[in-house]
Amino acid sequence: MATLTRAAPSEQESKSHEMGMHTEQLTGRTQQVFFDIDLNEAHHGFSLPDTFDVDFNKRGEIDASNMEAKQVNARIREMMKEGYGTIVLKNPAAKHSLAVGILNRLNLIIEGSLGYFGCGLIDGPNIRINGRVGWSCGENMMSGSILIEKNAGSQFGAALRGGDLVCKGDVGSRTGIDMKGGNIIVGGDTGSFSGFMMQRGRMVICGNAGKNLGDSMYDGTIFLGGEPRSLGVDAIWSDMTDLDREWLERKLTKYDVMPKGGIGSFRKIVAGKQLWNYDNLEPTEKKLVL
Amino acid sequence: MCGIAGVIHRGNAVGVGQEMTAMLQSLKHRGPDSTGFAVYGVTKPDEYVMRLKLAEAEDFDTDYNIRDKIRDRQALVDNRLAELGAQTLEVEQPTPYAFRYRLKFSGDTKQLATDLEHIEGGEVLSFGNSLELIKDLGDATVVSKQYGLADFQGTHGIGHTRMATESDVDIRSAHPYWAYPYNDISVVHNGQITNYWIMRREMERLGHRFMSNCDSELLAVYTANNLEQGATLEDSLRASIKEIDGVFTYIVATDKELGMAKDTMAAKPMVLYESDDIVALASEEVAIRAIVPREIDTSDPYDEEVRVWQR
Repeated sequence: MATLTRAAPSEQESKSHEMGMHTEQLTGRTQQVFFDIDLNEAHHGFSLPDTFDVDFNKRGEIDASNMEAKQVNARIREMMKEGYGTIVLKNPAAKHSLAVGILNRLNLIIEGSLGYFGCGLIDGPNIRINGRVGWSCGENMMSGSILIEKNAGSQFGAALRGGDLVCKGDVGSRTGIDMKGGNIIVGGDTGSFSGFMMQRGRMVICGNAGKNLGDSMYDGTIFLGGEPRSLGVDAIWSDMTDLDREWLERKLTKYDVMPKGGIGSFRKIVAGKQLWNYDNLEPTEKKLVL
Repeated sequence: MCGIAGVIHRGNAVGVGQEMTAMLQSLKHRGPDSTGFAVYGVTKPDEYVMRLKLAEAEDFDTDYNIRDKIRDRQALVDNRLAELGAQTLEVEQPTPYAFRYRLKFSGDTKQLATDLEHIEGGEVLSFGNSLELIKDLGDATVVSKQYGLADFQGTHGIGHTRMATESDVDIRSAHPYWAYPYNDISVVHNGQITNYWIMRREMERLGHRFMSNCDSELLAVYTANNLEQGATLEDSLRASIKEIDGVFTYIVATDKELGMAKDTMAAKPMVLYESDDIVALASEEVAIRAIVPREIDTSDPYDEEVRVWQR
């Protein structure tokens, strides 16, 4: 007969748990280590099959005017294969599912707006969007960055796993629902149920949040510059630390979304963990019989 | 899933029939079952336009005598209009089962509509000084061509592409719905109403009639009831968020206004574009791009948001 036991936490795990965070258990280049904020931006380890060696100085354009989304995505892949490291996508016209599934380093500049599911499932590219995005932008993003100049729709960064997803304007409801890592940064306001069932990662909202902010969050951290209409079930206020402030300063300066009140305007929200059952040990009286 | 769209111009009448066709065609993927338009032409206070159907499209598959029946039903319509003192100025028949009457009438519009709906297969789709409501099976281009919407001039309109979830695929369950019996008020909806039967019984107890089992019709009847009680359109939209249960986003139009409401869960989409000349809103931005094909700033209304615009 044997009982399940848990290994003693590392020094980093202890430190992060004190702050309401914990280290990721993911492997490969999607791994996030919360206290080294530049690690996920270094683009190390692109060794998966079908990744391409690109030259960032080799620049090309795609005009999406008369192309279906599938054709645009195929053309991006072809150009990466040809070594293009910088691609400018023109006239996206709010088409759906553009720039999805890019698993490579790439500077992608989108001149215009995207429809639904833009830039989902990406792993590595840095994407700048001059317009707005529709629902579910950056869903399941694994690494890299997306910077949106205007507004975003609902489910922004749903199930995000890594990287930086930044919107300078307002975003819709359920921002970061079920996010598992990475960072979501919103320059304006968010809608209701932002951070719903959040598991890991950080969310920064420079403006106000809708009702039920952080509802049923398991873990992770939300930094709020404005006011929430209400906190969700099991979301609680917590104390800002010097590490939090340092991280916010660096990230918000980098993406130029610092609110007028500066870092001092932010407050921190974490999981109260009264409902916490994810990652929890089985109760000790439950024993595994071999 | 369903797709909804609306547009209102602040100023002169334009080709709003063509605009709504383009918007709804770009939302075809959200609902291929049927398409409907409520478009508002140039108001003629002394004239009414009535859109009426006297059978369902599928009746032609099952009833060998349906053409004869429709001819007989139309004769009954003409008789009843004459009995009620309505003067028929013009009659068009864009499909074998759909009719457009231009009338002069000074009596009780509810009585007129009720009398015509007692005729077998009869449903008054719309009745108003400027509203024309057109709905049929097929995509926006097909329906628009069938009913000659390309030339329709007006100030505003709303429309719908339907993914049938709560009721049948037929014209009766297609949107928009006229807020019977009120002049010029129409509704389109994307969502599911979970207290439909409770609310429907409540409306029926108050004397309102339902022509379909589609939950969206409830919103038209509910709006009509609120307006009858003296509420403004904005009052009605706000009240609906508290009283209607489910996930929904809907658009209501009157002869002068366009309004929208989004439920408390914000689970159904809406994208909004406003400029000095035009307001356009739709389930997806691609529909707005169909009529404003340049880079624009758009936003998503939040949960429990209500907006009303004037033409």
